[in-house]
Amino acid sequence: MDYTWLTNPVYLAYLWEGFINTMILLAVSGVLGFVLAITLALMQITGPRPLAWLSRGITTVVRGTPLLLQLFFFYDGVGRLLPQIPGVREMWIWPILRDPFFYGILAFTISVGAYAGEVIRGAMLSVPRGELEAARAFGMSRFKILYRIWLPHAIQICLPTLTGEIILLLKSVPLVSTIAVMDLLQAANIVRDETFLVYEPLLLIAGIYIALTMVLTLVMRRVERGFPGVRPATQAPAKEEREAA
Amino acid sequence: METFGSAGLLDWAGPILEGALVTVEMAVAAYAIGLVLGLLGATAKLSGIRPLEAVATAYTTLVRAVPELLLIIILYYAGQQALNALLQSLGVEAVYEISGFAAAIAVLAVVEGAYLTEIFRGAILAIPRGHIEAADAFGMSRGQRFRRIILPEMLPNALGGMSNIWLILVKDTALVSVVGFQELFFVTQQAAASTRSYFVFYAAAGAIYLVMTMASNGVFNRLERHVRRGQPGV
Repeated sequence: MDYTWLTNPVYLAYLWEGFINTMILLAVSGVLGFVLAITLALMQITGPRPLAWLSRGITTVVRGTPLLLQLFFFYDGVGRLLPQIPGVREMWIWPILRDPFFYGILAFTISVGAYAGEVIRGAMLSVPRGELEAARAFGMSRFKILYRIWLPHAIQICLPTLTGEIILLLKSVPLVSTIAVMDLLQAANIVRDETFLVYEPLLLIAGIYIALTMVLTLVMRRVERGFPGVRPATQAPAKEEREAA
Repeated sequence: METFGSAGLLDWAGPILEGALVTVEMAVAAYAIGLVLGLLGATAKLSGIRPLEAVATAYTTLVRAVPELLLIIILYYAGQQALNALLQSLGVEAVYEISGFAAAIAVLAVVEGAYLTEIFRGAILAIPRGHIEAADAFGMSRGQRFRRIILPEMLPNALGGMSNIWLILVKDTALVSVVGFQELFFVTQQAAASTRSYFVFYAAAGAIYLVMTMASNGVFNRLERHVRRGQPGV
């Protein structure tokens, strides 16, 4: 194992840039994906028929195809059609539309929206009807019911599952290295190409990911504990205890 | 110039369908090996033998914390090198190239086996203890107890998780394209690049994956009904 390349500031700069980009991708698509998830869930539960069908269709297609394929569909498929729209090259948004980073965020946001959307939809349906009726009886508007009663209770129900979805998102981020976004894996690939080391950079990245997964799990446990009424996901030990008794 | 047209879609239909067949073969083989690994892992975790438990825990913790793409790249090269090192230590001089197919299957099986370990562990723990004690009291051997009691009682609990892992596995096969293995996604990339109609080819490949996952959903729903036969309320 040869880790002397770690003393080279050029490679450290690559790794740092990769780390920052990984974090940005995680945070931005996590937040946007969560908003999309709530939208898709609401479309299916309260939306008119066509909207509900649209949401069902998006969810089925996204969950039924590989994320890597979706990434290339947006980046190569949609991305290469865009310049054919007259005038798009002169628009302010053009520099963003040329950036693979944007397609990474787009693909991840839609993916999180579809997977977490199903989780949130299930949780929203299992909020007792009486709570929503009581809120209506208090004269709350539909929007107020949503953000004061319905969503908080639904999130309370599915928070441990959402933690799992966030970790899945973290582990999806390296896919962007295939469309030449500078994430941790891409940084490792550059180091591998220049130093001819096969494993060392990859193992370092694997170690970083193990640490990130652990930190993220601890942070989410804390969030879960701070959220009133959430039972942290410790079902397996609970089962063992019950059987030992 | 990129086009929206379907030029070349027919020329590439053969190779793409062949790629789809490779994807299915790969997924089935990896799933079969993964199921065995999962059962072994779950047995090790529940064995009560400390070193075995530690090995199984290290396996599931590490594999589940590292991104699949990274694992596939590491294991793909590591497997190749480990085999050659082994052969050299045995005195065989030839540098042996593992077939991409075998390596891809092995890597996917190791990854999904870790997830299946956790699923089987939970499902076995949910079997009422008395049933297993009753099997022991009847004088069943360990093999009999596993085949007659544990397996049929565990399957209804495990099948939901198993179907999820199968769907994840089908989608994860696309990751093997990164190490240059010619499955559905890799062929699609070649087709898209050579005809320059990226949109059409990625959409077509997406449709093929969608057919695969939806068909598997149907199969698993049937299986679920089969293993839950005789249970109340289904």
